[in-house]
Amino acid sequence: MTQHAWILLGLYLTILLLLAKPVGLYIVRVMDGRLAFATRIDNAVFHLCGIRRDEEMGWLKYALAIILFNALGLVAVYALQRLQLWLPLNPQAMANVTPDSAFNTAVSFVTNTNWQGYGGEATMSYLTQMLGLTVQNFLSAATGIVIVIALIRGFARHSAAGIGNAWADLFRVTAWILLPLSLVFALFLASQGVIQNFAAYQDVTTLEGSSQTLAMGPVASQEAIKMIGTNGGGFFNANSAHPYENPTPLTNFIQMLAIFLIPGALCFVFGRMVGDMRQGWTVFVAMTVLFVVFAIGAMTFEQQGNPLLANVGAGGTAMSTTALTDGNLEGKETRFGIAESALFATITTAASCGAVNAMHDSFTPLGGAVPLVLIQLGEVVFGGVGSGLYGMLVFAVLAVFIAGLMIGRTPEYLGKKIEAHEMKMTSIAILVTPLLVLLGTAIAVMSEAGRAGIANPGAHGFAEILYALSSAANNNGSAFAGLSANTPFYNGLLGIAMWFGRFGVIVPVLAMAGSLAAKKRIPVSSGTLPTHGPLFVTLLIGVVLLVGLLNYVPALALGPVIEHLLLWSVK
Amino acid sequence: MNTLIRPAISLFVLLSAVTGLLYPAVVTGVAQTAFPTAANGSLIVKDGKPVGSELIGQHFTEPKYLWGRPSATGPMPYNAAASSGSNQGPLNPALVDAAKGRAETLRAADPGNTRPIPIELLTASASGLDPHISPAAADYQAERVARARGLDAKTVHRLIISHTEGRDLGLFGEARVNVLRLNLALDALYG
Repeated sequence: MTQHAWILLGLYLTILLLLAKPVGLYIVRVMDGRLAFATRIDNAVFHLCGIRRDEEMGWLKYALAIILFNALGLVAVYALQRLQLWLPLNPQAMANVTPDSAFNTAVSFVTNTNWQGYGGEATMSYLTQMLGLTVQNFLSAATGIVIVIALIRGFARHSAAGIGNAWADLFRVTAWILLPLSLVFALFLASQGVIQNFAAYQDVTTLEGSSQTLAMGPVASQEAIKMIGTNGGGFFNANSAHPYENPTPLTNFIQMLAIFLIPGALCFVFGRMVGDMRQGWTVFVAMTVLFVVFAIGAMTFEQQGNPLLANVGAGGTAMSTTALTDGNLEGKETRFGIAESALFATITTAASCGAVNAMHDSFTPLGGAVPLVLIQLGEVVFGGVGSGLYGMLVFAVLAVFIAGLMIGRTPEYLGKKIEAHEMKMTSIAILVTPLLVLLGTAIAVMSEAGRAGIANPGAHGFAEILYALSSAANNNGSAFAGLSANTPFYNGLLGIAMWFGRFGVIVPVLAMAGSLAAKKRIPVSSGTLPTHGPLFVTLLIGVVLLVGLLNYVPALALGPVIEHLLLWSVK
Repeated sequence: MNTLIRPAISLFVLLSAVTGLLYPAVVTGVAQTAFPTAANGSLIVKDGKPVGSELIGQHFTEPKYLWGRPSATGPMPYNAAASSGSNQGPLNPALVDAAKGRAETLRAADPGNTRPIPIELLTASASGLDPHISPAAADYQAERVARARGLDAKTVHRLIISHTEGRDLGLFGEARVNVLRLNLALDALYG
């Protein structure tokens, strides 16, 4: 790692830490309905929408509300794509999207995955981007956040029948957290060169006399919530590598901060709501440790460069190895270089963001394995807004359970007994994504239609498929983008993986929230395993790595590991 | 179930209108008022006509211009209506072949130059629209550009130095030269 990379990483973590706690405390106030200026608007909206603000929902009703709300989003995004040619704000006369692609994209944006089988600037009208995709950028993020709030309430409450009001929660998160943050961020981006207009694409004559068509659109507004909501769906095909989405290293840095802002803040929301800030710190520290290890890995491997290109550009003197020491720049932008690209890749996959400012497909084998593994861990290293923390808390429950077995006591977490029902839900939540990833990969690899999408030969081709399924089932959305995934086969397969990867975790998490809320609180005794401090941090990290990774070791050996060995043995 | 449907639909419609119409409209309104150039694509206007965007690279092939990063967009390089990287993996033979081809082109255009070629002139950018190259990659091409224009190489080197942007705030990203800006300056100063 270069000195620049160390400074960058240190600066990033410092600023994140400074921002996360205040934002977390603000989120607590919003969710408790304690924002003075918001109450009147809240009440008016609740009245208008037939929402009884004091109604406490049981977990089943909460889950039904969430699924119904997301199903509406699915229909809306699908319909907008299928009808966009006849709707306004389509200056480029973009054709209606095909049914399979529209289905895939609708599922993708509703589930906070933002996998993109299409190229934005060549497919979507401005109306679809705004009213379809931007809306789901907000609502899928709000969904993730309210789920984790409901789970935290499960820990914080006792002998309670309800875990909150889904409608009130969804509205408050969207209106008082996501919208103000996005507004400020979008205007900052627009001031730096991210475009924001409704103009037709602009034709220019280049210096050498050929013509160039510049794609336009309302980008800044979508870009802001794309990062803040850990969505990751780019307005353009090249996503945050596109200069109109991410014009400068400064915007790049702020975009990286925006990805972790709410996931980081939620750790402190957790600490505050369960009444013990140490619990929040413990989770935050465990996430940070994992993140730093992976970030150093990615930056180191990318800086090593590609040995096959080392001598291509060598000069007249045999000594020159400039190419190698400059790192792997294929699929990277000059303004970001190695450090900013590798760090972005780590952040976007530690979170469930999936925005990219460099093409992961062209990363070195181990540099590309970092995002892949982070996704496969279930994106619990900060993770998606809400989904990262509820994923990590599920791992924490498992860690407590394993520790309980080791010391021979009934496991308990935050004063709640962890019993058979909780462990069943934990098991489902942890196992559903590996099942989808590995089965899906097997199906794709065994079928003609699946293999047809491969762009790169050899082990890397397998890694492209494994990455696609990992990304879809864990709702990340980044890709080894050489894979031609805009086919009925992949649109269908990945669509199914995204839907069940999202709600196959959300439903058991809510079920656990409901049963935890109903339990009595047991007082701390001398036999209680403390769930804060270095010991529990170590235990939690161990469980995440062991359980999260073991499922994938054989598959990883067939992909990036083989590729790495081949790359460095070719001479 | 009935108690769920009314809140679901009305809240969905309300939040869609706010986040999907009102919010982008407000951002557009403010951005178009406060930062019109940036919001409309940072276009560079010469003699009343837009000649490109400061943020979007262009394809250069003439020896008298600095060349930017190789671009993998289709069907032609630097297609700003269809951004894309090459997505070639590190072991893909096509990646090595492409790099070799680019190295040959660069050497053929400047046979006397035996210095190593900076890696970003051999590898495609992520967007295919990268507007920048490193100062080293610009320096590598300075003699070719000077010869094609009948200039002293020192003149081109000086121009490169004056067009080099450092890291943002001294901290973020890499030092870089905007290829289009530099070529425009070359044209303006030396025809």
